[in-house]
Amino acid sequence: MRAVDGVSFSLGTGELLALVGESGCGKTTTAQSVLRLVEPVGGRIAFRGREITSVGERELRPLRRHMQIVYQDPYESLDPRLTVHAAVEEPLRIHRTGGSKAERAELVRDALERVELTPPELFLRRYPHELSGGQRQRVAIAAAIVLGPELLVADEPVSMLDVSVRAGVLALLDRLRQGGLGVLMITHDLSTAARFADRIAVMYLGRIVEQGPAKEVVADPQHPYTKALLSVVPRRDPRDRTRPQILKGEAPDAVRIPQGCRFHPRCPVALPECRDVDPDLRPAGADHAAACILVS
Amino acid sequence: MSALLELDELHVWFDLGEGRELHAVQGVSLELEPGRRLGLVGESGCGKTTTVLGLLGLLPSTASVSGRVLLNGVDILAGGEETIRPHRWNDLAIVFQGAMNALNPVQTVEAQIVEALELHGRSSGRAARARSGELLEAVGIPAGRGARYPHEFSGGMRQRAAIAMALACNPSVLVADEPTTALDVMVQAQILELLDSLCRDFGLALLLVTHDLPVVAQLCDRAAVMYAGEIVEQGPVEALFHDPRHPYTRLLFEATPDLLVDGAPVSIPGSPPRLDRPLAGCPFQPRCDRAYARCTEERPLLRTLAGDREAACHLNDVAAVAG
Repeated sequence: MRAVDGVSFSLGTGELLALVGESGCGKTTTAQSVLRLVEPVGGRIAFRGREITSVGERELRPLRRHMQIVYQDPYESLDPRLTVHAAVEEPLRIHRTGGSKAERAELVRDALERVELTPPELFLRRYPHELSGGQRQRVAIAAAIVLGPELLVADEPVSMLDVSVRAGVLALLDRLRQGGLGVLMITHDLSTAARFADRIAVMYLGRIVEQGPAKEVVADPQHPYTKALLSVVPRRDPRDRTRPQILKGEAPDAVRIPQGCRFHPRCPVALPECRDVDPDLRPAGADHAAACILVS
Repeated sequence: MSALLELDELHVWFDLGEGRELHAVQGVSLELEPGRRLGLVGESGCGKTTTVLGLLGLLPSTASVSGRVLLNGVDILAGGEETIRPHRWNDLAIVFQGAMNALNPVQTVEAQIVEALELHGRSSGRAARARSGELLEAVGIPAGRGARYPHEFSGGMRQRAAIAMALACNPSVLVADEPTTALDVMVQAQILELLDSLCRDFGLALLLVTHDLPVVAQLCDRAAVMYAGEIVEQGPVEALFHDPRHPYTRLLFEATPDLLVDGAPVSIPGSPPRLDRPLAGCPFQPRCDRAYARCTEERPLLRTLAGDREAACHLNDVAAVAG
């Protein structure tokens, strides 16, 4: 099964790229390959300009501290037996860094302050069950940034959290981004991507079908799939009644990828040639591209 | 129009042992008219699901319930299970968030619908199979697919099948608890469109429980906002968005990102209060950006305001708006 098929993107320092798409589109697999948590069969992954596609685990290890991941569910990703201090200190111990015990404690306090769990003393000795969902996710982010990474992969970082606290966690990621962290955020929530990402890449069946500046992709989508996806996002103002362009059925799974353009069986504007042509990404504006033959 | 379903001062307490109890639902009153759609919104733990389980008589034995649930003016809660059972599924049907995963994996979808029809004495044998086909078609599943097993269906199809089962006995009210939460946005849109057309075509009244304000904004006529076990505001969805009369309603909307409206959403600081101890003053006061002295002392009551709406906020006594 080709879960991810020829995906290319780049992420700069201090940039937040949102990888959006429906379940099974390959967004998580893509993110995991970036971190070499799954092994790609082909292609090239470069980190800080250096190719890491085929470097061995021993060589990869020192690089891993510069690329960290935050998972969707802070209830599962935190070890219930570890205090906040132990959880945030753990990456330092694993990577045998951070200096003496006292110096590590200082780094842990600093990380907690950066995720706004302040004052840190209030949290250090607590266990996950004593924290709210939003606080847990902040602890997970603290543990991810304590090593001072340059890349943070955030896999649906707020989808398990209550609406009232989501914005705070996203604003935190935004501040870390402004501090120079590159963030690759995987999300199915286009409203969140529209509000927090610099760039958006839309995936369908293992391919990026459109990518560009977030504002432009949202305001002026070029690929029929992006257009449909955006049209069904419920708006918060009841007067902004959406005119959803609902696609029939569900995306086929990656073992049965259609011939030609993989979106053509569900595409509302498909032409006869779409059954044969598998379109590459083509320019659709400055720094904006879409994989559709209708893009001129 | 008179209410089809009315909740009158519903309270639910959970016994926590050692003389402690949690007052999960604190006097909720709601009205749902035939064919209308009411959204019940709020954060997790605010009591929305407990409210609907309470109204359907589905709470565990550790819960005690008071208040009335009137269906066409008759209190169905009065006689406990005895008086509720005849109405569950027949008049009041429910679709849960995990409903798509609650189908029996070793029975075909048709067999499960037929079983539901037979169990409720609606029809049997060939007639039940024909009815099953109709129900599947009504939710957008070709009748022939009924012969398949749940695992042969996608998540969206299973949720449709769960809705078909809920409709088996021609209920007048469909209670849907987070019916699209686990679904992708396109499948969510399909299910919302289905709920919309079922309400229109069959005159079904919908009680939609969700944390997702935009879904309510797009699908419902009215919404009730719950906080700490009580309704703090209710009214037409447009009024709630454009002229909120409770700061919590306004802050919830401000915390919700919108696809096309610029500006970052803002979190609500703090977290909801514990419900296992008495609350002094307004339950929202510690998180409120408009609280004043009175809010710490006196719990505001839900009051009727102009424009067919209600809110529980002292600001409505002093200022024109809570926003």
